Amino acid sequence: MSEHNEHHELGFIRTYVFSIDHKVIGIQYAITGLLFLFFGFCLMMLMRWQLAYPGEALPLIASWFENSQMMPGGVMSPDLYNSFGAMHGTIMVFLGVVPLAVGGFGNYLVPLQIGAPDMAFPKLNAASYWSYFVGGVVMLCSFFLPGGPAQSGWTSYPPLSILASTGQTAWLIGMVFLITSSLLGSINIIVTIVQLRAKGLSFFRMPFLVWAQFVTSFLLVLAFPPLEAAAVFQLMDRVAGTSFFMPSGLVVGGMPLQVAGGGNPVLWQHLFWFLAHPEVYVLILPALGIVTEIIANNTRKPLYGYKTMVYSVLFLGFMSFIVWAHHMFMTGMGTTMSNFFQTTTMIISIPSVILITCLIITLWGGSIRFNLPMMFALAFLPMFAIGGLTGLPLGLATSDIYLHDTYYVIGHFHYVVAPGTLFALFAGIYYWYPKVTGRMMNNLLGKLHFWISFLAINGIFMPMFIQGFAGVSRRLHTPNFYAHAQAVQGTNVFMSISAWVLGAAQLFFIINFFLSLKAGKRASDNPWDATTLEWATPTPPPHGNFLQEPVVHRGPYEYSVPGKATDYIPQQVS
Amino acid sequence: MSTAVIHYIDHPHPVTGVTNSKLGVWLFIASEVMLFGALFSSYIILRIGNPAWPHGWMVLNVPLATLNTMILITSSVTMVMSWAALMMNRFDRFRLYMGLTILLGLAFMGVKGFEYSSKFHHEHFPWTDNFYGIYFTLTGLHGLHVLGGILLNLYFLVTGKRLWTRNPKMFAGRIEAAGLYWHFVDLVWIFLFPSIYLL
Ligand code: HEM
Ligand SMILES: [Cu+2]
Repeated sequence: MSEHNEHHELGFIRTYVFSIDHKVIGIQYAITGLLFLFFGFCLMMLMRWQLAYPGEALPLIASWFENSQMMPGGVMSPDLYNSFGAMHGTIMVFLGVVPLAVGGFGNYLVPLQIGAPDMAFPKLNAASYWSYFVGGVVMLCSFFLPGGPAQSGWTSYPPLSILASTGQTAWLIGMVFLITSSLLGSINIIVTIVQLRAKGLSFFRMPFLVWAQFVTSFLLVLAFPPLEAAAVFQLMDRVAGTSFFMPSGLVVGGMPLQVAGGGNPVLWQHLFWFLAHPEVYVLILPALGIVTEIIANNTRKPLYGYKTMVYSVLFLGFMSFIVWAHHMFMTGMGTTMSNFFQTTTMIISIPSVILITCLIITLWGGSIRFNLPMMFALAFLPMFAIGGLTGLPLGLATSDIYLHDTYYVIGHFHYVVAPGTLFALFAGIYYWYPKVTGRMMNNLLGKLHFWISFLAINGIFMPMFIQGFAGVSRRLHTPNFYAHAQAVQGTNVFMSISAWVLGAAQLFFIINFFLSLKAGKRASDNPWDATTLEWATPTPPPHGNFLQEPVVHRGPYEYSVPGKATDYIPQQVS
Repeated sequence: MSTAVIHYIDHPHPVTGVTNSKLGVWLFIASEVMLFGALFSSYIILRIGNPAWPHGWMVLNVPLATLNTMILITSSVTMVMSWAALMMNRFDRFRLYMGLTILLGLAFMGVKGFEYSSKFHHEHFPWTDNFYGIYFTLTGLHGLHVLGGILLNLYFLVTGKRLWTRNPKMFAGRIEAAGLYWHFVDLVWIFLFPSIYLL
C-alpha cells in the first residue's frame, strides 16, 4: 500500500482549493455551509428587529440606508422583509444544513468509517462541491439584482413567484445548480458505501451514521429530480411565457392578467412537497447518525436495538415519499386524499419514535461521560422530541386547518432543525474536530457556547407555539397589524432578545474554532476511546486514509464487552 | 499526485457484480426516471385539467416524429454494436459504430430542429398555449439529453484510443455506461412519442 500513499507536493491550489481528496472536500463543504448558516442567521437577526419593534429604524446601522429604497430611513420595507425571509429559509436549508450535514460530515466520515481510501468518484466529488459553490454564489448575487432576491418564501408558491421580480429567476437557476450538486454527491456516497466497504464490514456492521447517510442519499437521488422538473416548469413560466402554474382569469392589482392560462398552481405544491418532505429527513437523518455515534461512545455501551434502528430508518426513508400532501390540507383536497395522507403521516411518526426511544434506552445504565459533544447530543433528544410531537397536530387535517401558516408551524419545524439538527451538527463538530485538525477544542468556551445557546434557542422557539395558538400568521412584516396579535406582541420582544443572545453565543464557538486550531491541546489518534474505523487512522488522516487496508471483525459499537481488559474493542482488532 | 487505490473501477465487485461506474450510472438513471416521471405526471395533470387540450396527431408532424423514432432506435442498436466491438477487441469497428451512433444522434437533432423551425414559422411558440408549452419543454429537455449523449460519445470517440491501449477493460466499462445512458434517453423518447404525438 505504501506506494499508494506517497506524498507528492501538489501546491496550495491543488491541495486545498481544487482538491479531489474527500477529506478536503468535506472540509470545504463544512466551512462553506457554516458561513452560509451564519449569513442566514444574520438575516434573521435583522428581521427580528422589525418583528420586535415594528416600524422603528434599525439601531446603529440605520444611517447606512438613509436613501435606500428597500430600507427607507433604516426601516425595513415589506419587500425586503419578504426577501430576507425567503432567503433565510432557502439558505438555511439548501446552502447551510444540507451541505454541512451531507456534504461535510458525509464526505469526511463515510469513507473513513467504512475503511475506504476515498469516495468512489473523487473528481465527481469535487464537481459536486463546485456546483454547490456556484449555486450559492448565484443565490448571493441575487441580493444585488434590481428588485432584490426572491420574495416568495422558500416554497416559491405560484402565482406569486411567477409575478415576482428577477430575483426569483436567480433563485430557480441557483436551485438547479444545488440540485445537480446534491445528485452527484449522493450518487457518490451510495456507490462508495455499496462498493468500497472494507473487508469484513458487512452492511450490519456499518456504523449507524453510515446507514443514515445511505438513506439520506437515496432520498436526495429520488426526491430532488421532481423539484428540478418543477423548477424547469417555473423557469419556463417566468422566461418563456408559458402558464403551467398560472390559472386563467387571474386578476392582479385590479387588472386581468394576460397569460395563456389553463395552468394549475397546486401542481407546483405537489412537486415541491414531494421533494420538501423527504428533505426534512435529509436534514434530520445525518444529525441523528451523528448523535447516535456520540451517544454510543459516551455511554460506553453497545447501541440498544441497532438493527431495529436500521430497519426504522429504512422504513422512514420509504414512507417519506408518501406523506407530502400533509402540507396541503388547505388546498381543498377531498376527504379520501386527506385520509390517506393523514394515515401515512401518523405511520411515519412510528419509526421516528423508535429511533429516539432506542437512543434513550441506550442511556439507561450507561456510565455516561458528560463531555462537550455528549452535551450537545443529549440536548438534541428532547429538542427533536418536542419538534416531532408538535408535528402530530399538523398532520391531522382538523387541527392543521387552525394551525396552518401560523407561527406554530415555524416553532414546530425549527425545533426539529434548529435546537435539533443544529445541535447535533455542533455535537459532531466538537466530536470530530480532533480527528480533522489534530487538536482538542477548548472545554470552557464550549460549555459557554452550549449553555447560552441552549437557553436562548428555546427562548426563541418556545413562544412561537403561543403565538401560533394566538393566531399570528407567519411571514408577517408587521406582526401587530392585526388586533388579535397585539396581545402577544410582548413575546416578539422576548424572542428577538433571545435571538441576539443566541447570535452572541456563537462568538464563543467561532473563537474556540480558530483558537483551538493553533493553541488547542494535541489530540491522540483516538481521544474518545472510540471503536469505529475513522479512529484507526493517523490524526489527521493522510491522503488515502489508512496505512494498511483495514479488515473488520465485529460490529461497530463493542463497548464494555464482559471479560475484556479495555472497555472498548475497535472494529478492526482481530 | 498521490493516488489512493479505489477498487472496482475496471472489474466488478464480487458481491454486487457491477463496477463503480455502472452502479453510478444506474443511480443516475433512477434519478432521471424521477425527473421525467414528474414531467410526465405534470403533463397528465395539466392535460386532464384543460378540456381544450388538442390531440397531438392533429397539430404535430407525426410522420417526421416516426422517422425520428426509427433513427433513435437504430442509434441504440449501433451503440450496442460499438460496445460489442470492444468486447471482441476490434477498436476499428468500435470507431465505426460509435461514429454512426453520433451521426444518428445528430440526424435526430436535425429533424427536431426542422420540426421546431416549422412550428416557429407557423407562429407556434411555447407561450402560444400550454399544449405547445408542454411540447417544447418536454421535447426540448429530451433534446438536451440527446445533445449531452452526443457530446459524451464524441468525447469517447476522440480520446478513446489512449485509454483503450492503457486499460481496455476500463474503457469498455465506460462505453457500457455511456450505452446505458443512451438507451435510457431513447426510452424516454419511446414514451414521449406516443404520449405527445399520438394521443
Ligand atoms: C437558529 C436560528 C434560527 C432562527 C432564530 C430562525 C427564525 C425564523 C423565523 C422567526 C422565521 C419566520 C419568518 C417569518 O415567517 O416571517 C423563520 C423561517 C424559516 N426558517 Fe428559520 N430560524 C433559525 C434557523 C433555521 C434553520 C437552521 C433552518 C433550516 C434548516 C431554518 C429554516 C427556516 C425556513 C424554511 C423558514 C420559512 C421561510 C419561509 O417562510 O419562506 N431556520 N426562521
Ligand atoms: Cu412533511
